[in-house]
Amino acid sequence: MPLVAEETQPPPEPFEAPPILDVASHEGEAGHSLWQDAWARLRRNRLAVICGGFLIAIAVLCFVGPLFTQDPNAQELSRYITAPTWEHWMGTDTHGRDLFARVLAGGRVSLMVGLCATVVSLVIGVLYGTVAGYLGGKVDAVMMRFVDAVYAMPFIIFVILLMVLFGRNFLLLFVALGAVEWLTMARIVRGQVMALRRTEFIEAADALGLPKSRIIFRHLIPNTLGPVIVFTTLTIPAIMLQEAFLSFLGLGVPPPDASWGTLINEGAKSMEEYPWLLLFPGLALAVTLFSLNFLGDGLRDALDPRASKD
Amino acid sequence: MLKFIASRLVQTVGVVWLVATLTFVLVRFAPGSPFDQERNVSPEIKANMEKRYGLDQPVWKQYVNYFGPLIAHGDFGPSFKYSNRTVTEIIGDALPISFEMGFWALLVALTLGVGAGVLASLRRNTALDWLPMSLSLVGISVPIFVVGPLLIVTFSIHLGWFNVNGWNEPADRVLPSLTLGFYYAAYFARLTRGGMLEVLSQDFIRTARAKGASEGRVVLRHALRGGVLPVVSFLGPALAGIVTGSFTIETIFHIPGLGRYFIQAALNRDYTLVMGTVILFASLIGLLNLLADVLLAWLNPRVKLD
Repeated sequence: MPLVAEETQPPPEPFEAPPILDVASHEGEAGHSLWQDAWARLRRNRLAVICGGFLIAIAVLCFVGPLFTQDPNAQELSRYITAPTWEHWMGTDTHGRDLFARVLAGGRVSLMVGLCATVVSLVIGVLYGTVAGYLGGKVDAVMMRFVDAVYAMPFIIFVILLMVLFGRNFLLLFVALGAVEWLTMARIVRGQVMALRRTEFIEAADALGLPKSRIIFRHLIPNTLGPVIVFTTLTIPAIMLQEAFLSFLGLGVPPPDASWGTLINEGAKSMEEYPWLLLFPGLALAVTLFSLNFLGDGLRDALDPRASKD
Repeated sequence: MLKFIASRLVQTVGVVWLVATLTFVLVRFAPGSPFDQERNVSPEIKANMEKRYGLDQPVWKQYVNYFGPLIAHGDFGPSFKYSNRTVTEIIGDALPISFEMGFWALLVALTLGVGAGVLASLRRNTALDWLPMSLSLVGISVPIFVVGPLLIVTFSIHLGWFNVNGWNEPADRVLPSLTLGFYYAAYFARLTRGGMLEVLSQDFIRTARAKGASEGRVVLRHALRGGVLPVVSFLGPALAGIVTGSFTIETIFHIPGLGRYFIQAALNRDYTLVMGTVILFASLIGLLNLLADVLLAWLNPRVKLD
């Protein structure tokens, strides 16, 4: 009889305390749930996860790969321009250099520029936005007026002028690109901080007489992290695109180093006869930008469920 | 409204002046001189040339000498590199070309982008939705300096439909405009879809349908006005992007427009031409932004201009 079978199962224990009341085991996870939720939501977005994995793979390939490939700058005229073969997966270029090695080394430069300039913009933007939002009043008005004024300037023109006039060098490139991108970051962070400033825990910190620097670094900045992460993910591709744009115009990374932008520039010059010289670096850049943009969108949806999906 | 436009115009003039001054300082203090690339110039001749263009004077005096005639009667001075041509002449030749290209690119972007966005919002979650939306995601990720050369290889070299470069025949307009337009079409499509979806779910659309308005009338007369608002908000940055996009496009397609002259002038240290193009770009971007804001306020009465 089915009834008997059911009775053999252990009866439920209705009086056992549900785990949510178990304060002791829950304490270590305080503040954890936002990130857990976000992670769970992100994992459900399968394409975003694929993009994330792909980015990790690209990064590893670009940073570790060049240790195992041929010297990307080694010229060998005997193999002047060959179409892709088993030996040279992406063929060789007009100087007899292995394109696969150059695409990997170029990716390293492109990713480095993207990351470093993003860090520059991150540091300036977060500090500036937090200070403006926290101090408020006249200081905020003056600081944000400045941002508005700089916003109205055609900054890329200045970047081009800087690169042309003072020569192509890496440091200038980071600073110039980072200096363009921090404005939006400052605006976003300021908005967050303005909202946070009126919360009780900041009031409590103020009432306790904590120094302003401690409130800013320990209490405000960590709480702006969500939007900052999202915007950072979207800043990296924007900066990589700018770098590629400058390199394409012949103003970016100095030779003989290559970035994806300079490779595309070289490829575009000889695309009539040797289209693969354009195709592979172009593809590498496009797929990476696509993944970063898509991952950024996915992170935004995951971290802020209220934000509309398009 | 008029007060807003007036105050923004004053603000734009301020920004342009700031940009011009910064550029002036940057150019004068940078290494290199306009006459470096001339071959075998003896120091005397070089000094003579610098004297002719007033480069031997202190920087503040050069500043006054440059901005004086510019403000008095819009004189941008002579070009240092293209001898016998004034900057005003060069700009007069190049600006219409850049304008025309920007106009076609914007037309492509708006028709394709808004069209695809409306279509996607009306056929939500069907192939007509995700196909254009996936394409637009690809479009945003592939830079124009990759699309441009690829289009040249395909349509000019292999198929032979267009010239590889130049700006002479009407057909020469096609590839540059498409290259620049596609990129913004991708953005516009996503923005339109989002805006339309929001509007289509509102009560007044249901009312319009209940009153028996045809689907076309509902979409075109009632929904579109609100649905394109995100596109109009993005129009300012997009127009600025189309202006700077001309640097790349004009380089790829060898078009004698303003963007190409700017890059060349900077490389040549052609001080006056750099100044002229930068002032023009800064004013253009400022004015186009203002235009976009006014358009937004006109379409959406809830936006207050002040």
